[in-house]
Amino acid sequence: MKTSRRHFLKIAGFSAMALASGLAAAGAAEAQIAPGRYVKRDGMLTAKRWAMVIDTRRFRTEADYAPCIEACQKAHNIPDIHDDRNVKWIWTDTFEHVFPDEMNAHLNTATRSKPYLLLCNHCTNPPCVRVCPTQATYKMEDGIVAMDYHRCIGCRFCMAGCPYGARSFNFVDPRNYLSNPVPNPDFPTRMIGVVEKCNFCVERLAEGKLPACVEAARGAILFGDLEDPNSNVRQALAARFSIRRKPSLGTQPGVYYLI
Amino acid sequence: MVEKLLKASVSYYLWLLFLCAVICVCGIVYIDQLLNGLGITGMSRDVSWGLYISQFTYFVGVAASAVMLVLPAYFHHYVKFKKMIIFGEFMAVAAVIMCALFIVVDLGQPQRMLNVLLYPTPNSVMFYDMIVLIGYLLLNIVIGWVTLEAELRDAEPPKWIKPLIYLSILWAFSIHTVTAFLYAGIPGRHYWLTAIMAARFLSSAFCSGPAILLLLLFIVRRLTGFDPGRDAIKTLATIITYAMCINVFFYLLELFTAYYSNIPGHMEPITFLFAGHGGHLAWVSYWMWAAVVMAVGCLVILIPPQLRTSRLLPIALIMLVAATWIDKGLGLLIGGFTPNMFEAFTPYMPTFKECMVALGVYAVGALVLSLLWRIALSVKKETHHFSE
Repeated sequence: MKTSRRHFLKIAGFSAMALASGLAAAGAAEAQIAPGRYVKRDGMLTAKRWAMVIDTRRFRTEADYAPCIEACQKAHNIPDIHDDRNVKWIWTDTFEHVFPDEMNAHLNTATRSKPYLLLCNHCTNPPCVRVCPTQATYKMEDGIVAMDYHRCIGCRFCMAGCPYGARSFNFVDPRNYLSNPVPNPDFPTRMIGVVEKCNFCVERLAEGKLPACVEAARGAILFGDLEDPNSNVRQALAARFSIRRKPSLGTQPGVYYLI
Repeated sequence: MVEKLLKASVSYYLWLLFLCAVICVCGIVYIDQLLNGLGITGMSRDVSWGLYISQFTYFVGVAASAVMLVLPAYFHHYVKFKKMIIFGEFMAVAAVIMCALFIVVDLGQPQRMLNVLLYPTPNSVMFYDMIVLIGYLLLNIVIGWVTLEAELRDAEPPKWIKPLIYLSILWAFSIHTVTAFLYAGIPGRHYWLTAIMAARFLSSAFCSGPAILLLLLFIVRRLTGFDPGRDAIKTLATIITYAMCINVFFYLLELFTAYYSNIPGHMEPITFLFAGHGGHLAWVSYWMWAAVVMAVGCLVILIPPQLRTSRLLPIALIMLVAATWIDKGLGLLIGGFTPNMFEAFTPYMPTFKECMVALGVYAVGALVLSLLWRIALSVKKETHHFSE
């Protein structure tokens, strides 16, 4: 009886200790993944407010845009779906569809007949961030509107909220529409049932690289800090006439089009 | 009181069995959706909400409509409604459960839905919608159950229930207002960006909800002999008539603003709904015109008092429910999405599987309603509150 009690106490003691240390370890792990902390890497590109300027005079046909679109699709493992449930981060459309407010019946042919590049505008006042019920879509300090694909519940409120049609929902499993191996194994593929969109190549900026489309455009797309008067984007905007999509909605898009 | 369910007729149990069978079949279709994604629906990149969200919206209205019984009874001491109130409250419970299910079936990642609670986001209208719906569900369950239990014991309901009842009256307005804000606060969707959206939602809810309640009570009267009372029916029909007149009036206000201002964005969705696009009527156009005919038709019967109290009343109510359902259950979403963000048109039609999933949710609602109403009816019978 006595030995068995001692035995029991010994086991109980060990168990309690193991449990406590386990909890402590879990607590430490928890502390490491605490949310809301940015670590700035050496060599990463930084800005107060990232913005893009697309020089539309240097793009005449779809073929001129093709390298930019292809670079993005490869960098982000965008599935190749050919119906109205496709996933689009960057694509082209007509002037009439891109700038419906600017349309007039007698617009000069050159401007009207060209395709234009579309992508997420990374608005200063993004409606998608405002409506998201889980903060799966959020605005970063540098103006980039980013997404957490693991938190998104797929309610698609952001798609209703975005006035630019910049968001895509994974109606089907995107991995079935990707090559094997995927074009860029360093970038995560998405799962079914979540929303996604252009992320201004936040993962490339962190490595000191410009966005994939900007790199592929060979100077026809500028990317820089809108808050810095000496930046390339500010100088281009100061020198040339530019427009933005649906400016009257007050979203303050971060993508400018030089006309 | 649950034990009342044990003593029912065979036909009642067969009805429950039928509902369970429908739920099972539709549940299998939902499992298909869970595995293969929302690709089984008719939704697309441009039309990103469809039948599920529109049904959610409609049933928030049905839930809110219980207030049309509670408010006259408790604010104006209109005692003739007291007999019926429990049916309104229990219908609200069933409707809110349907709303919650319609949201769940619409989610791309339903297993993550608790993220809405884990990461509460006060800037999202969806967050408030969740709070008001859960609150309204709890209020109606508690109020309904407590008052019914008091009735069974032939006692006055406890005093603490009164403040909850007053709260539920205000709460009912909040649930449909917040639901309207889901739409009305979005920039760039022309059909939704209108300050009168919440008012339109409420007026449509306050005619369609009580109309559904009356129609269901007529069926119950046939089946069980329970009589809600002549005067109560008459008063509720009057309320329905006023609400429908206001509802139609509000829609006409939309038409005036859109067409007199002549702003293309405002006209486009309405033109599309009624006249289609590019010279071709859309499938929804036929429905919209049917809604117009039925809205006028029901008002023709409802407005003259002689007709309103005649045998034509159920026909008027059916037309009213159909018209408001088309307006909110089809027109609202299609008008908002089909003229898309690029001022182009993306058609949408729900698929068969999508309709099956929606039918499954309807069946769950019917099941909840059948169970709760059965309990209420048994209590009414036991306490001799069955006929006038």
